[in-house]
Amino acid sequence: MEYKDYYETMGVARDATQDEIKRAYRKLARKYHPDVSKEPDAEAHFKEVGEANEVLKDPEKRAAYDRLGKQWKAGEDFRPPPDWDAGFEFRGGGYTAGDAGVFSKFFEELFGGGSARPAGTADRRAFRVGGEHHHAKVLIDLEDSFSGATRSFSLRVPELSEDGHLTNRNRTLSVRIPKGIRPGQQIRLAGQGGPGLGGAEAGDLYLAVEFRDHPLYSVEGADIYLDLPVTPWEAALGASIEAPTPSGVVDIKIPANSTQGRKLRLEGRGLIGKQPGDMYVVLQVALPPADSDAAKTLYKQMEDQLGFNPRAAMGVS
Amino acid sequence: MDEKDQSAPPVELIDEQRTFTLAELCRCFAIEAELVEALVEQGILEPAGRRGYHWCFPASSLRRTRITLHLQRDLGVNLAGAALALELLERIEELDARLRVMKGGRLR
Repeated sequence: MEYKDYYETMGVARDATQDEIKRAYRKLARKYHPDVSKEPDAEAHFKEVGEANEVLKDPEKRAAYDRLGKQWKAGEDFRPPPDWDAGFEFRGGGYTAGDAGVFSKFFEELFGGGSARPAGTADRRAFRVGGEHHHAKVLIDLEDSFSGATRSFSLRVPELSEDGHLTNRNRTLSVRIPKGIRPGQQIRLAGQGGPGLGGAEAGDLYLAVEFRDHPLYSVEGADIYLDLPVTPWEAALGASIEAPTPSGVVDIKIPANSTQGRKLRLEGRGLIGKQPGDMYVVLQVALPPADSDAAKTLYKQMEDQLGFNPRAAMGVS
Repeated sequence: MDEKDQSAPPVELIDEQRTFTLAELCRCFAIEAELVEALVEQGILEPAGRRGYHWCFPASSLRRTRITLHLQRDLGVNLAGAALALELLERIEELDARLRVMKGGRLR
């Protein structure tokens, strides 16, 4: 089991006041909140901060944690000394936060024992209670939306064990991705959420689907965008060229006198579905390098014969 | 504890056409109808139809409700604050999407 340095996680000194801890927590919770944050690994940070706060905000837990001593370093192998918690009574059980099931082994070992049951669940067993609906976010590839692939996702679900402990269960679930799914859409898996109590039906699992970044395409709604490099003569004279699309290579016609950034629409070549999206090919004019005498001669000829000034509108030459 | 579910369970795609009743939304998040009404009052949810049993919530309500509940629970944000955060988040997403398109897949 790895030692967790909760003071380091919160960025406060070991002798910080409860007010300082509260302020530090609020700031970090906003910074790393998974629904708001753009930080990498926001979710993992958010959980760490939540766990640290769970201990440090409670003077009793904090005192017990402090008693472990400050000789430990984060990540160091750790076993709690016997009777380390003698004389402490953690009011209301170890957990008070909503997402307590995701805390570390370190936390569970120290504070999770005994009455880990979240408030309000203790007496539920007498009733029939439908299971909770679970919500999670998953990433798929653009291609999955075209082929309707089956993908495996690993989800961490907090679960009450028979003796009332909250534990994490890693659950690997195969999910059939519906064809034509778009970023931001959700899929519902009936009966795959939390188990019902007293014979009631299980809850559902809702997965919010987002697309991984793609090396070629970007997606907006149902439309797909592709930057397609073209030569100056293809853009100027027009040409028939090939372009990749997620459903295979297509021939496209570049109209003569096309300029850099021109958008060509391929109708119905976006994400599939009842109302398929469009694909937009954005022309990116690529200049051939002037790395040979022949190439330099050609550029010089253009300069001499075209009299082209792209800065004419700026009044400069 | 690891458990593998080998068989792929049936899935339902929640697209723009799918709507939710008040009862479905309440059950989905284990919340009371009064809270949903408060979300409507704040403009966080915008159902079609007459109040109550006739309310018809668009698919985006799931996401908006989820984020609101999380912000409330984790950051102590009140409903007006959550409504503002949602609007700003959506604005950021819009701008991000535009930025991605402008930068393009290849030039990133």
